[in-house]
Amino acid sequence: MRRHGWPTRAWHWLNLLAMAVLFMSGLMIFNAHPRLYWGEAGSEAGQAWLDLWGDDGLPFPGWITIPSAYNLADARLWHFFFAWLLALAWALYLGWNLRRGRLMREVLPRRADLAPAHLWQDLRDHLALRFPRGAAALRYNPLQKLAYAAVLAGLIPLVIVTGMAMSPALDAALRLTVVLGGRATARSLHFLAAGGLVAFSAVHLGMVLLAGPVNGLRAMLTGWYRLPKEPG
Amino acid sequence: MSEHDLTRRRLLGLGAAGAGGLLLGGCDRLNESAGWRETLHGATALNHRAQRLLMGDALAREFAESDLSSTFRANGSTSVADAVYRAHLASGFASWALRVDGLVHRALDLPLSALRAMPQRTQITRHDCVEGWSAIGKWQGPQLGQVLAMAGLLPAARYAVFHCADRIGGRPYYESIDLIDAFHPQTILAWRMNDAPLPERYGAPLRLRVERQLGYKHAKFVMRIELVASLAGLFGGKGGYWEDHRDYQWYAGI
Repeated sequence: MRRHGWPTRAWHWLNLLAMAVLFMSGLMIFNAHPRLYWGEAGSEAGQAWLDLWGDDGLPFPGWITIPSAYNLADARLWHFFFAWLLALAWALYLGWNLRRGRLMREVLPRRADLAPAHLWQDLRDHLALRFPRGAAALRYNPLQKLAYAAVLAGLIPLVIVTGMAMSPALDAALRLTVVLGGRATARSLHFLAAGGLVAFSAVHLGMVLLAGPVNGLRAMLTGWYRLPKEPG
Repeated sequence: MSEHDLTRRRLLGLGAAGAGGLLLGGCDRLNESAGWRETLHGATALNHRAQRLLMGDALAREFAESDLSSTFRANGSTSVADAVYRAHLASGFASWALRVDGLVHRALDLPLSALRAMPQRTQITRHDCVEGWSAIGKWQGPQLGQVLAMAGLLPAARYAVFHCADRIGGRPYYESIDLIDAFHPQTILAWRMNDAPLPERYGAPLRLRVERQLGYKHAKFVMRIELVASLAGLFGGKGGYWEDHRDYQWYAGI
């Protein structure tokens, strides 16, 4: 049966590409000053809440950065190009979903979803790797809804807004650092939100693989999800 | 199944394979490709336009004395080797003068005393380095716009170029901004920092403050301001030392 519309599929593959490039070029940018601070400003070791400045070179090695050899200027070129892709794709996808009402219907957790007993049962199912099969898999379970809502309405907008807040030009225009509690805080939140997105992506992909990679990937490529034949 | 589906499926497959290949090591090769770099620079142009559109004449945030950073990091060149510069530094820049020339009605030689006698602007702002750190400092000096008005711009003038006394790897440091930023009220030629004459490592005798851009645009050790119609004929042609040698964005609003 039909499972994913083309916008969902296009958005997923585009996101996979954009997030991978943004994460890897972002780590190179972080390598240029591998410390994080809270507040408006910060530059010294004593002010940092996270300091990865080791004695032996860059904290993030070449195999996980773009480009692989230290180059802040080129990492920025990659980062800003794919940032536009991520932001525009997110805005279009969110708009499309809101118009169809799908987000409210399928992703926003309902009161029943959030009942502690229901959540607890769902958590135990996930930990035991008991996945819904067949038609039940077409509906999102409570933890799925929570995770998807947190990414769509939380982590992605946060990573975009904190990225914009670091721009001195946009800061003059929009005063985002005032709202976020400082530029250094925005940079820290940007790093943490990116980490959250990578963690989500890893778990999300892991779940697809555990719950049936062939059917899941086929559905995301072609839109079609195969339901098992009724026994008998 | 229609042909449409096949094409789409193949396209998606190609996209996925492309993404995989890209991330498995093609990035570095792609990074060297002139066409790809031009594509990436498309986002730079988009940033420039979007930021200018949103920002208009907006002012950068200003802060209170209590927000001043206890340590202000000194980056880039922190000293100048040039013998003439060192002699001026030793004498407190008493016989030094800022040269303003190029596409102007009157070329100027402005001694530090003349710059100090002009109307002053004092601002406490956050300096955002391209590397990711920030520090808050207090800056004082005449507005660049006032200096340029004294010289009188010729109609062809489009950019202000800052020629600096420092060299990096043997090559002279320079920077440039357009006239929108040059005439912005917070764009000043700072000779004073945190209520004291500008120390050498922060760019004595004069440093550009262009508050809505990143730190590398804030040229230190400014000796000469040249008004030009185009950046193409200067040094590497990209309008600044880091732009020429590392391909940093000329417009550093993010």
